[in-house]
Amino acid sequence: MAKIPAAVIGVGQTKYQALRADVSMAGLLREAVDRALLDAGLTFDDIDAVVVGKAPDLFEGVMMPELYLADALGASGKPLLRVHTAGSVGGSTAIVAASLVQAGVHERVLTVAFEKQSESNAMWALSIPVPFIMPVHAGAGGYFAPHVRSYIRRSGAPLHIGAMVAAKDRQNALKNPYAHLHNEGTTVESVLASTMLWDPIRFDETCPSSDGACAMVIASETAVAKSGVTNPAWIHGTQMRSEPTTAAERDQVNPQAGRDASAALWKQAGITNPIEEIDCAEVYVPFSWFEPMWLENLGFAAPGDGWKLTEAGETAIGGKIPFNMSGGVLSSNPIGASGMIRFAEASLQVMGEAGEHQVDGARKALGHAYGGGSQFFAMWVVGADKPAN
Amino acid sequence: MKVEFDYTRSLGSVLSQFMSALKQHSVLGGVLADGRVVVPPPEFDPVTHDAITELVPVSDHGTVQSWSWVPEPVSQQPLTKPFAFAQILLDGSDAPLLHAVDVDSAADISTGMRVRVRWAEETIGSIRDIACFEPAGDGETTGSASMDFGPPEVTGIISPVNLAYDYAASPEETKFFRGLSEGKLFGQRCPVCKKVYIPPRGACPVDGVPTAEEIELPDRGTLTTYCVVNVPFKGQTIPIPYVSAYVLLDGADIAFLHLILDIDAADVRMGMRVEAVWKPREEWTTSLDNIKYFRPTGEPDAEYDTYKHHL
Repeated sequence: MAKIPAAVIGVGQTKYQALRADVSMAGLLREAVDRALLDAGLTFDDIDAVVVGKAPDLFEGVMMPELYLADALGASGKPLLRVHTAGSVGGSTAIVAASLVQAGVHERVLTVAFEKQSESNAMWALSIPVPFIMPVHAGAGGYFAPHVRSYIRRSGAPLHIGAMVAAKDRQNALKNPYAHLHNEGTTVESVLASTMLWDPIRFDETCPSSDGACAMVIASETAVAKSGVTNPAWIHGTQMRSEPTTAAERDQVNPQAGRDASAALWKQAGITNPIEEIDCAEVYVPFSWFEPMWLENLGFAAPGDGWKLTEAGETAIGGKIPFNMSGGVLSSNPIGASGMIRFAEASLQVMGEAGEHQVDGARKALGHAYGGGSQFFAMWVVGADKPAN
Repeated sequence: MKVEFDYTRSLGSVLSQFMSALKQHSVLGGVLADGRVVVPPPEFDPVTHDAITELVPVSDHGTVQSWSWVPEPVSQQPLTKPFAFAQILLDGSDAPLLHAVDVDSAADISTGMRVRVRWAEETIGSIRDIACFEPAGDGETTGSASMDFGPPEVTGIISPVNLAYDYAASPEETKFFRGLSEGKLFGQRCPVCKKVYIPPRGACPVDGVPTAEEIELPDRGTLTTYCVVNVPFKGQTIPIPYVSAYVLLDGADIAFLHLILDIDAADVRMGMRVEAVWKPREEWTTSLDNIKYFRPTGEPDAEYDTYKHHL
């Protein structure tokens, strides 16, 4: 049986910032949810099910927050699911919500992801001592920095590439009112001059710690027709893949799970030449060097060549494959929400509602998230046109 | 193992008012769309889903609706001696609050009993400002004063989380840890892909089959990749800057993270040959930190081709 066509008909985001002291977690989520419902022209009464995602519970120290959030999410009397796939959770949450619609189970599903990083300290939460390894690990940066060094060695990329990505994303963020960092005047030179945190990763090549939530309403073809929304973001394909955190000779620079997921995604969406057919992409880049790494992993460039697209300016707005027009994870990182923001921003592009960071004429866009030790991948392609299949 | 952290919670409008009122020895309930009053006040109406905006004082006296005896209190519970958990319907509210009642025995509590709040000696704007409930005799309602609370004084709370647990090592890990206590490094080989894992896992993550063949590995190998940690953070145990590196022991097929010392961080290289520096034998335990760190052996660096498939 063919999938039922489904589309994003509403998007809601909070202003991402270091500390939202004025709201509880429930209030923060609700802000994004209310905006998504308003955008879709719906109320809670129209929603059949709610799918919520957030990163590990230690980030806020609330076990199973979905229990306490049921009221705020309008979930009483409805199915409420929580998805949990580390940093990729925002993406996989959206995919679970989409699947419920595509499978014909529900007509309209509300999906929301969040993180209130100010309640805790992610560096601490990601560096909990475990008995079988030396306590040399130091947060996500400490985990990924050696693999970034491996990428640089394998590809022979010049050392300023990471700074180019950071400067580009921070400039893009100035066009996005929701972005956490609005650092005027960030340049390649200023990034290179910033403090080295986890050599080879500098301060300005690192994502901030943000409070924020992002929500979407996903509707079936029939529900789209009833909604009055004339510019939905149609879902052309969704894929998720996983692999072990560590295994002998596992490729952490160009992980198999990411390669497999993107190959399957392009096939599913009827795309044979991604760089020509995808107009823009919102890709999970928490440390700047992950842009060239994921350009390769996603098949936009051959292995070892991703940095050449970055260096040639092809990932800037106006380039061949703009990456992270919203400023990306490098400019806003409410961890659990970060994947959903990528999926939502890709949707806004094909809806033509991305505002100042809109890519002219965007018809097909990629939303991408990864998590854990580069081991969970979630991605979708959305388009302005209803998919043929 | 021990995990602990003081979380800083922002309360939002409704709970800020509730906590601030507790500090002033007053209990607030939230008014739902259907007029019912609920304590503690929910932030959103469970039926209409609208934000709760109206809060009203309720009494600090109430009636026990249901209860359960706690013969052996555990750490962090409201009382250190045996007590009752009870559903207490405060006068003026329509839904019960779960709290502790201080009575000497299960025979001293009953459904329908009148109880009143015993306030903490010092109230700070926390649910623990209500130390517990106590019998109120005839249960004369004094009620919380209806007052103008003004802007909430308390907008956040500290919420400590403290978890201590025992780690049960698998048989394979047990061998690995016991080996460490004798200065030996034991890995295991997968019978299918033949890859040698250290620490051993009991099963190959790729082939999904049990690993049984034990392999003793030398305490030297090649540094494949690394970073220099220059970020201070809570819980850090090693002074910064330090080199966190993947060390691939000779004969192993997977590298593990360890510390590199006896060399300036700027001189560390991919492919550098390294060896373990052990603690004095009398300090050995069943822990990987029996190896204090790895240091350069002085041998020529390994050829890139010998370790590039580990990057």
